[in-house]
Amino acid sequence: MNGAGVRRFGLGLIPWVGAILLWYTVRWSGFVNVSLIPAPHQVAAKFFELLTKEGLLVDIFVSTRRVFFGVALGILAAVPVGFLLGWYRPARTFADPMINFFRALPPIALIPLVIVYFGVDEVAKLVILFYASFFSGVIVMYEGVSQITPLYIRVAQTLGASQAEIFRKVIIPLTVPHILTALRVALGVAWATLVASELIAAQRGLGAMIQNASTYFLLDVIYVGIICIGLIALIMDMILRRITARLLVWQDRVVA
Amino acid sequence: MTKRARFENVSLSFETPKGRLNVVEDVSYDINDGDFIAVIGPSGCGKTTMMSMLAGFQRPTTGNVLFDGRPVAGPGPERGVIFQEYGVFPWLTVKQNIAFGLTLSANRVAAGERDAICDHYLGLMGLSDFASSYPKHLSGGMRQRLAIARAYAVKPQFLLMDEPFGALDAQTRSNMQNLLLKVLETEGKTVMLITHSVEEAIYLASRIVVVTARPARIREIIDVPFAYPRDESIQERPEFGELRSYIKQLVMDEYRAQQAQMRPASFSE
Repeated sequence: MNGAGVRRFGLGLIPWVGAILLWYTVRWSGFVNVSLIPAPHQVAAKFFELLTKEGLLVDIFVSTRRVFFGVALGILAAVPVGFLLGWYRPARTFADPMINFFRALPPIALIPLVIVYFGVDEVAKLVILFYASFFSGVIVMYEGVSQITPLYIRVAQTLGASQAEIFRKVIIPLTVPHILTALRVALGVAWATLVASELIAAQRGLGAMIQNASTYFLLDVIYVGIICIGLIALIMDMILRRITARLLVWQDRVVA
Repeated sequence: MTKRARFENVSLSFETPKGRLNVVEDVSYDINDGDFIAVIGPSGCGKTTMMSMLAGFQRPTTGNVLFDGRPVAGPGPERGVIFQEYGVFPWLTVKQNIAFGLTLSANRVAAGERDAICDHYLGLMGLSDFASSYPKHLSGGMRQRLAIARAYAVKPQFLLMDEPFGALDAQTRSNMQNLLLKVLETEGKTVMLITHSVEEAIYLASRIVVVTARPARIREIIDVPFAYPRDESIQERPEFGELRSYIKQLVMDEYRAQQAQMRPASFSE
């Protein structure tokens, strides 16, 4: 790592150190009952205990897999739908109110219905995550696509491009940034929805782990669960940002 | 001289909530091979609409716009267009931008030839050092040079330019005008230039079409008495000054007429 890299890493570390210090300070300040706030080192110890004895990795894997497939399926559906809505103005006028209606519904409110229709197994969780990522992705897609300027299409036409060539060589490159943004937004929403989806009688998964821990008032386990969700979401986002930066070197500013 | 393009009693109007809006009215003129036509008039008068019909983006309401004797049915590679907003593809490098047209089935050439054409225009436009840069690293003048190179690469018979240097500063603008003259000298093209700069029109064009305030009609067609190749010295000649005052007066009259109309809704041309 070069000097600038070290500096950036150091700067990025400061808020984390600060958060841990604040955590200790709150715990030792005496304003809050100490038994309600496990200390960072206790949570860290719990983390290793869960990791080695309780199969925390399985929970992480199960949750990550759910998010991954939920988002993948949701975006797979959101890209063509969002594209059509963004591209054909009449389609937007037609579908916009309905999309906003469903988007405004918190996925958690749908859980009882999902249980009725899809049962309590893996499919039900996938449905909730799909729902959450589809509607967040579709909005990003169509807002982005509807702002694509017709200038580039005109330019391509004057150079002799056919409809198929315009689609392949102009519209697709202009759509890629919006797909990546939709993916990032959907990932964020999906992690937020994960706990809700794992409330549906999940045996494993970080949401289920938190849920079970709350029944027994195991605050340290809850902390471990929350931190894990945050960390994995952060890592996934960083990976996606790398990919975005790689694919969109041509952009003035990488979507941040 | 062969007639390349022809406007035949061309009118264009829109239906708007406030009634019919005539943008272009009964315009007729010919553009011959090798002509450099500049169309000048008050902004918003409908001169871009004229170009847009020849480019194939808009159809006349009545009359005919002909290219090589046939009515224009849509955009095509034989009529290159340079837009004021450049329109260089930001996701392609400079060289890929120039090569874009040559990768299309309409004018596909072998990779070796494509490379040669790209290098030729990179050199001509002074972009060789930026061949693999993305447009985000280019200045406005360089982007417009790239747009011109890209249009030239597919060898159009005709070049339509819509206020191509309008967004550039005075220095860059005059450099671009000289570059355009130089390129025309070597490559030879028929050009229709839309501009609101009288000096630019006289300096570049062989014929100037002055159009009226909206609806655009032909006010006068003026032959520019300077032979090519031209250089900046002609701008010092007394005839240049006389022609400039004369055309400025015409354009100013039309500008006042346009102000007097006081149309509530401002339509983009």
